[in-house]
Amino acid sequence: MSDLALRARQNVAFLTAVGLFLVVYLIYHMSHPKGFSSAVLVQNADEVFTLAMVAVAQTVPVLAAGLDLSVGALMTMVGCCASYLLTGTTASMALEIAGYSLPLGSLPAGVPGLVIGMVICLAIGALGGLINGLVVVYGRIQPIIATLATGAIYIGIALFLRPQPGGKIDEDLNWALTNSLGDFASTVHIFSDGAAPWFAPFAGIPTPFVLLALILLIVWVPFRRTVTGRTVYAIGSAEGAAYMSGLNVNRARIAAFTLGGFFAGCGGLFLAIQTSSGNADIPQAGAYTLNSIASVVIGGTSLLGGAGGALGSVFGAMMLRVISFFFRIFDIAPLLQPLFEGVILLAAVSVGSLRVLRVKNTLELFR
Amino acid sequence: MSAGVLKLSRDDRPILIAALFIVVILIAGTGYTLSRFGSAPLLSPNYLLQQLQIGAFLGIVAAGAMIVILISQIDLSVPWTLAAAAMMATSVGGGWAIPVGLAVGIGVGIINGLGVAYLRVPSMIFTLGVNAVMRGLMVANTGGFAPQTSATDLMRTLASAHWFGIPAALYVWIGVSLLVAIMLQRTLLGRYIYAIGNKEAAAYLAGVNTRAVTVVCFAISGLMAGLAGVLLAGYSQKAYQGMGDAYLLPAIAAVVIGGTNILGGRGRYLGTLVGVILIVLLNSVLSIMAMPEAGRQVIYGGVIILMLLVYGRGERVTS
Repeated sequence: MSDLALRARQNVAFLTAVGLFLVVYLIYHMSHPKGFSSAVLVQNADEVFTLAMVAVAQTVPVLAAGLDLSVGALMTMVGCCASYLLTGTTASMALEIAGYSLPLGSLPAGVPGLVIGMVICLAIGALGGLINGLVVVYGRIQPIIATLATGAIYIGIALFLRPQPGGKIDEDLNWALTNSLGDFASTVHIFSDGAAPWFAPFAGIPTPFVLLALILLIVWVPFRRTVTGRTVYAIGSAEGAAYMSGLNVNRARIAAFTLGGFFAGCGGLFLAIQTSSGNADIPQAGAYTLNSIASVVIGGTSLLGGAGGALGSVFGAMMLRVISFFFRIFDIAPLLQPLFEGVILLAAVSVGSLRVLRVKNTLELFR
Repeated sequence: MSAGVLKLSRDDRPILIAALFIVVILIAGTGYTLSRFGSAPLLSPNYLLQQLQIGAFLGIVAAGAMIVILISQIDLSVPWTLAAAAMMATSVGGGWAIPVGLAVGIGVGIINGLGVAYLRVPSMIFTLGVNAVMRGLMVANTGGFAPQTSATDLMRTLASAHWFGIPAALYVWIGVSLLVAIMLQRTLLGRYIYAIGNKEAAAYLAGVNTRAVTVVCFAISGLMAGLAGVLLAGYSQKAYQGMGDAYLLPAIAAVVIGGTNILGGRGRYLGTLVGVILIVLLNSVLSIMAMPEAGRQVIYGGVIILMLLVYGRGERVTS
């Protein structure tokens, strides 16, 4: 029992975020004109997935006490790659550089091609993250400024790939991943096209939610339990102590950035599939980066590193998105919406500061 | 001290290397224009003065950004502080335009400072929230359109007139630079700023009112953003949405390229000055080359990494 209480106290920020989200989301559903339905859930899930993924991408470096300002740019770059790789046709690809055409071969048509394309996209995301990690670790440049620079490079590559928004994503892929599980099953022809009786209770669950849960379960949870994963937390708590304990600090930091890149790639891939195009939108990339930091903080991860987790950031991202859902159902003047968003964000991050009132020794404030 | 010429201090080396890099940019750019157009506009004083006039806005923002970075905080509210100051200044108009614009900047800065110093919210996230609130206020205020009001004559004069052949904006930048440099090197406040950047707890134990100094630093940063907004509105005749977006990251990059430690406590104002000039000249050479936006971003990021690899490498944490 005391163990449970201890765990609760250690995760108070995370639990607050989850509780707050549940309350707010319940109010949203109760006041929604159409009530609770699968369609509303699917729409919400689609809107939240990319930000949730980018927020998770931000979480991993933050846990190791390093901010990643390139997540939005990396997401955008992967999205632009996806708009070339996931067309679902056999058109051969070539890289046009200054008049020279560099043939890159072609992907097979249909499902194998799409799967290979998605794997390549995620690999590109992880590669971008790996480069961040190498620059930070071996270049010994502060993460915040190193990723500011690599972010500019990734946005440059994205602009090179897609000077204008465009491209096309396979329609079946778009349909399968951005709707409910039932639609997914009927598109890929499993479970008797989604009509199997036992499958009926699950058919209404939005596919993005399942994807999100799968990615966290398959990638994040095992990683967190490895020595490298624990080292990421240790770096955030006390880097010197982690080093002196014989932990491989460099490897963990590179892993943190690489994993961040992979998650950002997941977000970019989904955004491209959802919008069915690639768009090198610089303001959008910046907004995603900043919102990812806000999600991380709202989700209870300390910006100083060492405490928190990916799940909290997912709830932080959902919290941010639910706020904008509210504008649709309550009749708030569109012009006031940005103000409300800002005030709520400011209030949310200031709530944590209540601990200042309890601090007895002023010195404890300066960490 | 005969060997002192070559043995530069830790803070001077970045400035010298950045200055050398400016010369490299000028030579490379001139080589390009000579071979391509047969002229050397980069070396003409008029062209350089024009570039410096544009650079003045960035330089003023960077001066404020540097002071906040020196106390190991960061101010991400610059874009909409700048735009809000410009919009308020143009909508008030008349003789009060500039004071109102500057007051908006100081006000936002004080709010930032109070949140960071007294509520202890990380500056990265608090100033981000303040930026969102300012954006919301301005959108609600202007109705989401570009404001119809235009800059006053004094604002236009300060931003684009020439006195004795030198752009007026450059005088403003020089004035700001002198004040900041003197403040950092010759006043108690300056010493406090470096002390807090090195270790806030130690500065506090030494009797410094660190929280008040933090508020002052953010107020200065807000004031600089407000001043840049007023000038920029004068330069482009009016205020517009998103006018500050292009100033946040280049300002931080300029500060860091100039050798200021992003973790605070170290760096000279001269370096920031050199960093701003480097970024402005790099931009102008790239636009002469008609470099597409994609290439610009890649080169921009590459230069920051390259410069920091040469002199910005941190110590390894080994204990």
